[in-house]
Amino acid sequence: MSHEAVLHGDAHGHDDHGHHEHHDTFLTKYVFSQDHKMIAKQFLITGMVWAVLGGLMSVLFRLQLGYPDSTFPFLEDLLGKWAKGGRISPEAYYALVTTHGTVLVFFVLTAGLSGTFANFLIPLQVGARDMASPFMNMLSYWFFFAASIVMLSSMFVETGPFSGGWTAYPPLSALGDASPGSKTGMDLWIVSMALFVVSSLLGGLNYIATILNMRTKGMSMTRLPLTIWALFFTAVLGVLSFPVLFSGFILLIFDRNFGTSFYLSDIFVNGVGALPNEGGSAILYQHLFWFLGHPEVYIILLPAMGMVSEILSINSRKPIFGYMAMIGSLFAIAILAFLVWAHHMFVTGLNPFLGSVFVLLTLLIAVPSAIKVFNWLTTLWRGNIRFTPAMMFAIGFVSLFISGGLTGIWLGNSALDIHLHDTYFVIAHFHIVMGVASMFGMFAGIYHWFPKMYGKQLNNTLGYIHFWVTIAGAYLIFWPMHYEGLAGMPRRYYDFSIWESFKQFGELNKFISLVSMIVFMVQLLFLFNFFYSIFKGRKLTNQNPWNANTLEWTAPINPGHGNWVGEIPEVHRWAYDYGKDGVDFIPQTTPVGADESQH
Amino acid sequence: MTMFLTIAVVVLIFVVIFQIAKASEYVSVLKGEEVSRKQNNKINGFLMVVFLVLGLVGVWYCNNLLFDKTLLAHDAASVEGARVDSMLWVTLAVTGIVFIATQIILFVFAYKYQEDTNRKVVFFAHSTKLELIWTVIPAIALTVLVVIGLRNWFLFTGEPPKNAMVVEVTGKQFGWIYRYPGKDGSFGKKYFKNIDNASNSLGLIWDDELAHDDIVMEQTVYLVKGKPVKFVLGSRDVIHDVGLSQFRLKMDAVPGIPTTMWFTPKYTTKEMKEITGNPNFQYEISCDQMCGNGHYSMKGVIEVVDQEEFDAIMAKQKPYYYTAFPEKDPSAVADTTVVAAAVVK
Repeated sequence: MSHEAVLHGDAHGHDDHGHHEHHDTFLTKYVFSQDHKMIAKQFLITGMVWAVLGGLMSVLFRLQLGYPDSTFPFLEDLLGKWAKGGRISPEAYYALVTTHGTVLVFFVLTAGLSGTFANFLIPLQVGARDMASPFMNMLSYWFFFAASIVMLSSMFVETGPFSGGWTAYPPLSALGDASPGSKTGMDLWIVSMALFVVSSLLGGLNYIATILNMRTKGMSMTRLPLTIWALFFTAVLGVLSFPVLFSGFILLIFDRNFGTSFYLSDIFVNGVGALPNEGGSAILYQHLFWFLGHPEVYIILLPAMGMVSEILSINSRKPIFGYMAMIGSLFAIAILAFLVWAHHMFVTGLNPFLGSVFVLLTLLIAVPSAIKVFNWLTTLWRGNIRFTPAMMFAIGFVSLFISGGLTGIWLGNSALDIHLHDTYFVIAHFHIVMGVASMFGMFAGIYHWFPKMYGKQLNNTLGYIHFWVTIAGAYLIFWPMHYEGLAGMPRRYYDFSIWESFKQFGELNKFISLVSMIVFMVQLLFLFNFFYSIFKGRKLTNQNPWNANTLEWTAPINPGHGNWVGEIPEVHRWAYDYGKDGVDFIPQTTPVGADESQH
Repeated sequence: MTMFLTIAVVVLIFVVIFQIAKASEYVSVLKGEEVSRKQNNKINGFLMVVFLVLGLVGVWYCNNLLFDKTLLAHDAASVEGARVDSMLWVTLAVTGIVFIATQIILFVFAYKYQEDTNRKVVFFAHSTKLELIWTVIPAIALTVLVVIGLRNWFLFTGEPPKNAMVVEVTGKQFGWIYRYPGKDGSFGKKYFKNIDNASNSLGLIWDDELAHDDIVMEQTVYLVKGKPVKFVLGSRDVIHDVGLSQFRLKMDAVPGIPTTMWFTPKYTTKEMKEITGNPNFQYEISCDQMCGNGHYSMKGVIEVVDQEEFDAIMAKQKPYYYTAFPEKDPSAVADTTVVAAAVVK
C-alpha cells in the first residue's frame, strides 16, 4: 500500500499538556473529568449499569412469555401493583419491553459502545493528547447521565413508564388516553431522549474534529487503524441523523401538549370521543424516526466492526485483508444507511414504486457486508491465531453477523417482508445481527483494551466461560425464533393462549426463557470479573501485552492525562504490519527500513 | 423458600466457578505465559470445531422439531401466498448455502490456523481479484432475488382483479370492524366525528344514501373461496395492522390514511381444518402493530366459505342503518304495527 502525503502533523501544538500534572481533586479526576480516558470509563460503567437493568427487564418479560400460567410471588414484591398476584400485568409487560428496547439500543449499544471506545481509542490511536474539546466531551457524558436519570425516574411515575414500543409511533405515543404509559411516562421518555441526542451530538462532533485535525505526525488518513475509520463513520452517521430524530420528537411534543396535528388525524378514542385533530399524518413520524432509526443500526454496528477488524488482525498475527476495501465498504454502508430507512415501513401503505427503490438499496447493503465478511475470513486464513478472550468474541461476532445478516436479505425484500414483518423472525434477525453481534464487539473491545484502561488483566478462564456460554446461549435463544416467525407469530404479544395459530410454541418459549436466564447470569460473571480485576487483577507488566502495532500501546501502562510522557510518537507506517518479512509485528512508530519489502 | 434455595445455589455455583478461574490463573502464572497460552489455544481451537459440529447438528435438529409448527408445513391459503412461499424457498436456498459455507470456513479456519510456532504466517494484505469475486457474486445473487421480489411486490401491491369483492376493515382498540358495501356495491361516506359506539361505530354519514344498505359486522368477516377480495383498511384510533399469516400478507391500518391489500382465498375454513389436521383451525387476523395494552388480544376471524354459503349468510344480515334507526326497518315496522295494534286492543 502506498503511504500518501501526510495530511496533518500537528503533534506539537499540545505538547505542553503532557509535562505538567494537574493537581486533580477527586471531583475533577473521577467525576467532572475532562480526560478522555476517564470519560470513556464513565460511559462504559454507566452503559454496564443500563445493560444489567435492560437485561433484567428482558428476563422479567421472558418469565411471562415462558411461563404465562405460573405465578411468581417475588414479582409482586419487586414490582408491586404491576405484578399483582405474582403475574406481570400487560401494562408492566409492555413497559418492560419498551424500556428494554430503548435502553439497549440507545444507552448501551450507542452511548455504552461508541461513547466508551470512541472516547478511549480516538486520542490514543491517532496520537493526540485528548479530544479536540475535552470540555464538550465532559458535557457529552453528563448529558447522557442526565438522560439516564430522567429515563430511570420515568419508571416510578404513577401511570408507569412509556409502553408503546421503543419506536414510539404516534398516535399511540401521542395520546395519553390511548395508553396509560403515554401519559407522564412518555413526557419523561421524550425529555430523556432529547438529552441523549444532545449528548450524542456533542460526542460525535468531537470525535470527527479529533480524527480530522489532531492526528500525530505521519498519521495520514490511510494509516489510521480500522477502529478509527469505523468510529469516524459512526460519528458522521450520528451527527447527520440524530437531529432528524430530534425534530420528530419536537413535533411529537407539540402534538402531545400544544394541540397541533402533525401526526394526528381522524381519531376517536374510546371513553373520550372524537379528537379535534385533522389533516396530520401518522406515517410522517415513521419517516423521521427511521431516518435516524436505520443509520442507528450502523451507529451500533460499525464500532463493533472496526474493533473486530483490529482484533482479528492482531490475534491472527496477519495484516487485515483488504484494508482499503474495508474502508470502502464502511463508507458504502454509511452512505446506504441513509437511503434505506423505508424498509422498516413496507407495510405502512407507502407508494409501491418507492418501496421497490428501497428494496434495491437495502439489498445493496449486502454487497459491502459480504466484502467485510470475506475479508475477515481471509484475515484468519493461514494466520497464527491466538485465542485471547477478545479474539474469541471477535470470531463470535463474525459468526453472528453472518447469521443475522443473511436473514436481512429475507426481510429487505418487500414481498417477503409483508409476510414476516413484525413477527419473531424480525426479533431473531435484529437481535442476532445488531444486538448480540454488537454486544460481542463490545465484549471483544473490553477484553482487548481492559489492560490499557486499568493497567490490570482480566481473568482469562472467566473470559472463556463467558464466551462459550454466551455464544451458545445467543444461538439457542434466537435461532428457534426464526421458526416462530415463520409461523407468523407476532412481536409484542403478552400472551398467546387465545391464538390458535401461535399457541403451539409454549414449550419452546419456556426453553428460550430458561436459556435467557442462564445467559443473563453469565453476564453477571463477566461483570464480576471486570470489577474484581480493576482492583485485584494481575498487574500488567508488559506495555504491549498483545504485541500490537497501534499507538495506544506505546503509551505508559497507566497513562496520565495527556497520554504520552514527552513528545507524541511519530507514525511511519500503517497499523497492520504483522508477519511482514518474517517479523511478528512492526509498531507504527518504527521507521520504514531500507530493505523492507513493499506491499 | 425455593427462592432462597435457588439464590443460594446460584451464588454457590458462582463462587465455585470463580475459585476455579482464580486457581487456573495461578497455575498459568506458574507455568509461564507461553505454555498456558498454548494450552488455551489448543482447548479453544478444539472447542471451535465442536461448536461448529454441534451447531450444525443443532440447526438440523431444531428444523426437525419445529418445521411442522410453521406455516411452511402446508400450502399457503391464498393464491398469491404460494408466490411468497416459493420466493421464501429460493431465498432460503441462497442464504442457506452461504450460511453453511461461511460458518464452516470461519470455524475451520479458526481451528486450523491456531497458533503453531512452526508456521510462518503469509503476509497477504490484499488481492484485487479475490475482492472483485466476492463483490460481483453476491451482487449477481442479490439481483436475482430483487427481481423475483419486485415482481411479487408489484403484484401484491397492484390493482386487484376486476371481479374482486371489497370489504372495509377498521381497527380500534382492541378489535376489528368490517363493512360490506351492501346491494348497491358502494360504500357510503363516513366522518370520524360521527362515531358513536352504540349506534354508529364507523361514523357513517346517514345523509349519504349509499350508506343505507352498508352492512357492518364485528368479530368475524366472511370471504368467498376462489374470489379475490380487496380490503380497504383504516383505523379509528392508533395504528393497527391486519396480519394474515395464513394468507402470507400484512398491512397497516392507519388513522386518516386508507390503505389496501388484496388476495384470493384458496381454501375454505373447513378445508383448512383438514389440511392442517387441526379441528379448531381458524383464519386469524392478528394485530401486528403495537397498539396499546390489549394489543395481544386484538383478534379477528376470517371465515372462508363457498359462494352459496356466503350468499345465505349475507341474506341474513341487516343493513347497519336499521341499527341506528330501528323505526325505519321495514321488517321491524311490520312488527311494531302489530305490537301497536295489540296495545290499542
